[in-house]
Amino acid sequence: MKYKETLRRILSFARPYRLLILCSLVCALLSVAAQLLLPVIFGDAIDFMLGEGNVDFASILRLLAVIGIVMVIAALAQYCMALCNNRVTHSICRDFRDLVSEKLQRLPLSYLDTHRSGDLVSRMITDVDTFADGLLMGFTQLFTGVITIVCTLGIMLILNPLIALAVLILTPLSFFVAKFIASRTHRFFREQTLIRGEQTALINELVEGQRVVKAFGHEKQSLQDFDEVNERLADVSLKATFFSSLVNPGTRLVNNIVYAVVMLISAFYAMAGGITIGQVSIFLSYASQYAKPFNEISGVVTELQNAFTCAQRVFNLLDQEDQIPDDPQPVSPPVTGRVSLDHVAFQYTPDRPLITDFSLQVKPGQRIAIVGPTGCGKTTLINLLMRFYDVDNGTITVDGADIRRMTRHDLRGRYGMVLQDTWLCNGTIRENIAYGKENATEEEIIAAAKAAYAHSFIRRLPQGYDTVITGNGQSLSAGERQLLCIARAMLCLPPMLILDEATSSIDTRTEMKIQAAFNRMMEGRTSFIVAHRLSTIREADVILVMRDGHIVEQGRHEELLARGGFYATLYHSQFAEA
Amino acid sequence: MKYLLTYFKKFKLESILAPLFKMLEAGFDLIVPLVVANMIDIGIRSHDTKYILTRFGILIAMALLGLACSFTAQYFAAKAATGSAKGLRHELLAKIQSLSFTEMDTIGTSTLITRMTSDINQVQNGLNMFLRLFMRSPFIVFGSMIMAFTINTQLALIFLAAIVVLFIIVFGVMLLSNPMYKKVQGKLDAVTEATRENLNGVRVIRAFGREKTQIERFAAANDTLLRSQLRVGHVVSIMNPLTYVVVNGVIILILWLGSQKINAGLMLSGDVVALINYISQILVELVKLANLVAVLGRAVASMGRIGQVLDTPSSMSFAGRAAGGASDVAVQFDHVSLRYAGAGAESLTDITFTATRGQTIGIIGGTGSGKSSLVHMIARFYDATQGRVYLNGQPIADYAREALPRTVALVDQKPLLFAGTIRSNLLWANPDATDEQLWQALELAQAADFVRQKPHGLDEKVEQGGANFSGGQKQRLTIARALLSRADVLILDDSSSALDYATDAALRQALKTLPASTTVFMVSQRAGSIAHADQILVLDDGRLVGHGQHQELLQSCPVYREIYESQFKEESLS
Repeated sequence: MKYKETLRRILSFARPYRLLILCSLVCALLSVAAQLLLPVIFGDAIDFMLGEGNVDFASILRLLAVIGIVMVIAALAQYCMALCNNRVTHSICRDFRDLVSEKLQRLPLSYLDTHRSGDLVSRMITDVDTFADGLLMGFTQLFTGVITIVCTLGIMLILNPLIALAVLILTPLSFFVAKFIASRTHRFFREQTLIRGEQTALINELVEGQRVVKAFGHEKQSLQDFDEVNERLADVSLKATFFSSLVNPGTRLVNNIVYAVVMLISAFYAMAGGITIGQVSIFLSYASQYAKPFNEISGVVTELQNAFTCAQRVFNLLDQEDQIPDDPQPVSPPVTGRVSLDHVAFQYTPDRPLITDFSLQVKPGQRIAIVGPTGCGKTTLINLLMRFYDVDNGTITVDGADIRRMTRHDLRGRYGMVLQDTWLCNGTIRENIAYGKENATEEEIIAAAKAAYAHSFIRRLPQGYDTVITGNGQSLSAGERQLLCIARAMLCLPPMLILDEATSSIDTRTEMKIQAAFNRMMEGRTSFIVAHRLSTIREADVILVMRDGHIVEQGRHEELLARGGFYATLYHSQFAEA
Repeated sequence: MKYLLTYFKKFKLESILAPLFKMLEAGFDLIVPLVVANMIDIGIRSHDTKYILTRFGILIAMALLGLACSFTAQYFAAKAATGSAKGLRHELLAKIQSLSFTEMDTIGTSTLITRMTSDINQVQNGLNMFLRLFMRSPFIVFGSMIMAFTINTQLALIFLAAIVVLFIIVFGVMLLSNPMYKKVQGKLDAVTEATRENLNGVRVIRAFGREKTQIERFAAANDTLLRSQLRVGHVVSIMNPLTYVVVNGVIILILWLGSQKINAGLMLSGDVVALINYISQILVELVKLANLVAVLGRAVASMGRIGQVLDTPSSMSFAGRAAGGASDVAVQFDHVSLRYAGAGAESLTDITFTATRGQTIGIIGGTGSGKSSLVHMIARFYDATQGRVYLNGQPIADYAREALPRTVALVDQKPLLFAGTIRSNLLWANPDATDEQLWQALELAQAADFVRQKPHGLDEKVEQGGANFSGGQKQRLTIARALLSRADVLILDDSSSALDYATDAALRQALKTLPASTTVFMVSQRAGSIAHADQILVLDDGRLVGHGQHQELLQSCPVYREIYESQFKEESLS
């Protein structure tokens, strides 16, 4: 059932390439036919060489010309088929990956936040690759294999039904032998994958944690731990490798037996005068040709099963629900910077209510600071404001409109955001700064970089603004990355700002400069700031104090201090020893 | 390669027996046509039923013997391959552990991991295939050629030419396609990178409304991948048709020349049939050989990458001498400079200071000012490129490798835990610690509360990288771990950055209860955290620009004053 459904979907992906597939099929037919025909012509040619002085050169020349033509046709067909198969497979994979890539941009954050990105990457890369391998093998070997089997069987049936029948019954045995062995080795392979995964995790840990391993002189113990896993892996690897390598000899045994049986039967036939010796040799060559695709197909079947499983995993991802589509008739109120949260309730998991009945009115230009201890849910508020997540109850309105009635693009365009996790795209520094505004001029980019105090370090980079950043800017320090993110937000200068611990890994001197820039940027703009450093949010119009996902206090700095509550405790602890 | 040889020696018996048995099996394959010929020539011609039946028996027996040989060969090949892989993995990890950070930084951790995993797997595969096939295929190719020579020397010369041409085609295509495959791999990496980028940056992408651009960027990378795949496909696809043409061309030649020889009475028609069979066999084995060479090529490349790591000498040597007696001077830097390998400029320049036993030393400075570099040198992660570092009055290079961790405990900026339990992580520092000592350390590190709240307490499971703990919890656990090692010198490299101020303050209070002989280095971005230190080192761009106590520095060091005021502006105004 499910298998059929998967096949149907794979076929639907193959649809745009049906002409190529047809071409490949025709070529396969041509090349197989030629390959089966050639031995017959060879035989005929040899039959014209009866002995000394008794050779029909004219006929031989004619046949040689035929061989030449057939050979060229077969070669062309083979080449053409290979090209078609290549194009079809890799194109389908390209389409697959493009679809997944588009899907990633439509998936709700709740899905992406709860699924490991490594798993998604492996679906995109490894699964599609395995699928491609299976598909390519399927195309090249399954097609030709099946055609070869059908054609040889036909010819043998015409030549001698009884021998053909013997071959027909015996050969599939190799198929069963292969299956028998494969199903038994499967267990070892699974185990091998498991232990290999375990070992990879350990290697990751040890190599990435070398600093700690060395700092504690733990090398010997670590190596011992590793050896224990290594021993187990070698053991199961040996079993998996050995048992899986039995398939080939196993099927070859069956083939050899078939070969012997065909020889035996045809020998008796020949003695009875039923067939000529020439026909015996044709039978023998066909018997081995008939068996070969069976061996290949048994390999192809496992490969195809693999491909199907992988395709299934990709389909699973594609079938995930999209984020709720934008309102078909969206509103786009004029920008003022007014935000209000009205009886908002939200929870990530159904059994853990996080925000219950939260209301807040923000006037244009106000600064809202969100503070609280680590893990108190400060980022949740940002998730809701940016509509990364939808509220469960209540409404959030921006500039007087329910944010669910606006397009996401419109809503998010009204915010400038600098997140705790600095993310940069692969590209030049220039491209990264202009990320939110593609048509930015050189002057604008440099102005933004200067405003974010990033200009001086950028200039010191080998290629300045043209320095290419890869791997999320690993070559830059955390502080520099954050400066770039700030420059990126500076360039757009949207009416509202969200700053999430934007300064957490910048040293305080740089922070001070950035603070000044922020102050300039925040002038007249509604801003939401999340930070550990209480000094950076003292000037806020409203401070939201969060604890365990709830907003426990709300007010100005002085009011909250006077109240002597949770905020006061937090604030005073900063200066415990100063 | 030389590393692989040691394993060949270790698995000498297996490495000899595997190909030997494979050859035996090939031998049976070569005999089969002879037996069949006899059945036709003798059995059928003379209507000898008994002869035919015994030959049939021989065929079956040979099939069974072939199977047995093959099984034996596969077993030995698998054993040698997996055994060598196991040994290589062990050797490589041991090597990686012996490398200093200078080498680790140059090579890079992610490639080290790839080398330990997929590269060694490639070597295992290659070795396995090599042992199985390297005798069999050449045996059949050259065996067939020799057979051809016994039939007719002149026609066999065509064989020789054909084999050369086929070799050129098969290996030429491989040579051409190899770099192209590498390119495909590179493009695939780019697609992987693009996927990762999209996943990691999802919030920023959506915040800036750049979904479409990202999709386009991905599609562009994806299209490049497709193009490179097709390009290599074009080249590789030519191999089969080309060899097919060559082989059939040879057959045409044999038929033509053979017919003339038959006409002249120099040859029999059966010989022509035999020659045709042999050339087909050669083709089959040659293709197998090409596949083998492809696998081997990958394995050799992988082995090269592994060997590269194994060949890397550690730039740091340790003295065998044990740590000498105590000194009043815990740590001393004498005009120390540090330039990382391959870096253009020095990361630390001319640093001189002396830390007396029991002091607390605060280190503060801007991002990239060299704070971490400085403390890493106390743990001897890196050696000074100029000047000298002394630990307990002795040059740090005189310390034995094992002695250093007992003398210096460093808590890294990035808290790192290992899969296991809380207990197993803590015991890293001191395998003999009692539960009481563990709790004491946790208490000091302000971690006892949350550990107590865990259902399994000390035995709570820690996932890889400590993924099931928050950043602040991880930091506190790593501090507890360092405290357990009871080292004379404790270094906290900005290791309370994820803690809120209240917890940070409590931690600093607790550290005051450490034994008076403990020297504490505290790197921080918060002036408040180090204001009380006995000495404060102010770093700027790798230079020591301020050195003294809080009050002095406020007067004398503009950089320090700036940092302090940025955090305490209001206080100083009021």
